[in-house]
Amino acid sequence: MSKSILQIENLYLKFHDKEILRGINIEIWEGHIHAIIGPNGAGKSTLVSTIMGLPGYNPEKGKIFFLGEDITNTPIYDRAKKGLTLAWQEPARFEGLSVKKFILTGAKNKCHKKAEEVLEMVGLEPGKYLDRAVDKTLSGGERKRIELASIITMEPKLILLDEPDSGIDIDALQKIFTLLQQLKQQGITVALITHSLSVLKQADHAFLMCCGKVLDKGNVDRIASYFQNKCIPCNHGKLQDESI
Amino acid sequence: MTKSELVTNMLKSLGINLNHVFDEDVAKIQVHQNKVVGLHLVPGLKVTADELSDGIEAQIIIEKGKKIDKPIHICFGVLPEEGLQRVKLHICAEEDSKAMILAHCTFPNARKVKHMMEADIEIQPNARYAYFERHIHGPEGGVNVLPNAKICVGEKAEFSTEFELIKGSAGNIEFNYEVTGKAHSKTEMTARISGSHQDTIKLHETAYLMGEHSAGVIVSHIALRHQAKAEVENTLVAEGPYSRGHVDCKEIVVGDSWAKAVPIVLVKHPTAHVTHEAAIGSVDAKQLVTLMAHGLNEEEATDVIIDGLLNKKQSWQKILSENI
Repeated sequence: MSKSILQIENLYLKFHDKEILRGINIEIWEGHIHAIIGPNGAGKSTLVSTIMGLPGYNPEKGKIFFLGEDITNTPIYDRAKKGLTLAWQEPARFEGLSVKKFILTGAKNKCHKKAEEVLEMVGLEPGKYLDRAVDKTLSGGERKRIELASIITMEPKLILLDEPDSGIDIDALQKIFTLLQQLKQQGITVALITHSLSVLKQADHAFLMCCGKVLDKGNVDRIASYFQNKCIPCNHGKLQDESI
Repeated sequence: MTKSELVTNMLKSLGINLNHVFDEDVAKIQVHQNKVVGLHLVPGLKVTADELSDGIEAQIIIEKGKKIDKPIHICFGVLPEEGLQRVKLHICAEEDSKAMILAHCTFPNARKVKHMMEADIEIQPNARYAYFERHIHGPEGGVNVLPNAKICVGEKAEFSTEFELIKGSAGNIEFNYEVTGKAHSKTEMTARISGSHQDTIKLHETAYLMGEHSAGVIVSHIALRHQAKAEVENTLVAEGPYSRGHVDCKEIVVGDSWAKAVPIVLVKHPTAHVTHEAAIGSVDAKQLVTLMAHGLNEEEATDVIIDGLLNKKQSWQKILSENI
């Protein structure tokens, strides 16, 4: 039986006196793919930013446990060193920094071969990419895959993947889906943040979020059906407070 | 110290592998204070050097039609803690010639060293001339670097120069470069400098694009820490019909450092076009958290970002790795 890798207990977070996360309880299981789905503004990205410990995302209340250890007040880089990391919806650009240097920044094994291996894993030809800069000459999809390559070299235990389908074409998305299954086979846990049903269907378990709360959790098909039938038609994808 | 000991010590301070023996077809000019301590020429390259009381005056000619394939190595250095080195250079890349110079300036022990350069450079029609200058300073910051150059880029000629000072303490740098580009010429000037502690950096680079279809780019990337300060004034004047230019100033300030950048563009012909960008600020927050999510602490992440800003251009990187 799988064990819990991440537990979030009663998490609250406010921005400018506005409650964004309102009592989140989530448990993520080792070696599985999870999806956190919800309409825009549900608080999904805020939740992953809080889990990762980004500056300014300090919970007002609640706890975050990673591998049984309370990391609620642990700095972002220590969380990363423990095996928790985040791939952004919109990856940063680094002018002057080569793809190779970028993907090896947090790598456990900083050798050239490793950089080649991970680029191949994400479907990019090492010969064409290793010496390029992580700048505006790369498309959004290429940057996304390069970021994924960079976090794979960290050999993380849990990857938070924010909107993997945003800004990329179908082919690139298909490659990311294949990669997700490879990561799962390697025992790496993934939490996908999405509002797309096709991404949701890659997951083994799902959480439905709206208005800063988790409305439902468990079976992917049930949550997909609820999201499609209730959430999407609801006020352009946004549930009203009173419906919760 | 003998001449060969001086050369050895200068090369050591630059981190150049002494086991690496320059090939016979690689030209080199090595100057310690006011002495030429090493000189090796190749066909197509003429050098005459006069020792002055406080430096040297040299004339470097790349002869008409000659293409010097391997970069010419020039090394200027002052090894003692104190000293003055005045370098007067007259450089001419004659018609249809091609040469690349890798210049290293080393002041590893400087406490009170002044390095002045006055150069006039003529790039004749169809010639291609590239000059990469790397400075290695000691940790004390006791160096005054004062380069002045006037460059004339002839018709269909190409000129590129890059100044790199990313190791050691910059000290006080004040540089003035002025380029005039004739028809269909290309000019590229890049400065990449890291300043820290009490360093003061002043850059004044000007390109006059006088000829039709002339093009010019001025790039300065500077990273500052502690109380270092920088003032950059890059000017591009586009006077020739269809001339094109771009000015790019990027500066990262960390700690109590400060920077001022003034990109000046002046367009004097309706068909000319010049753009500019200037960005000064602390380290980009998104880049910082991305690297911190890779397990780097704030200081390590800042170093990586600054390294990126100051990174060599790919072309130079390749040339340097193949030649040093």
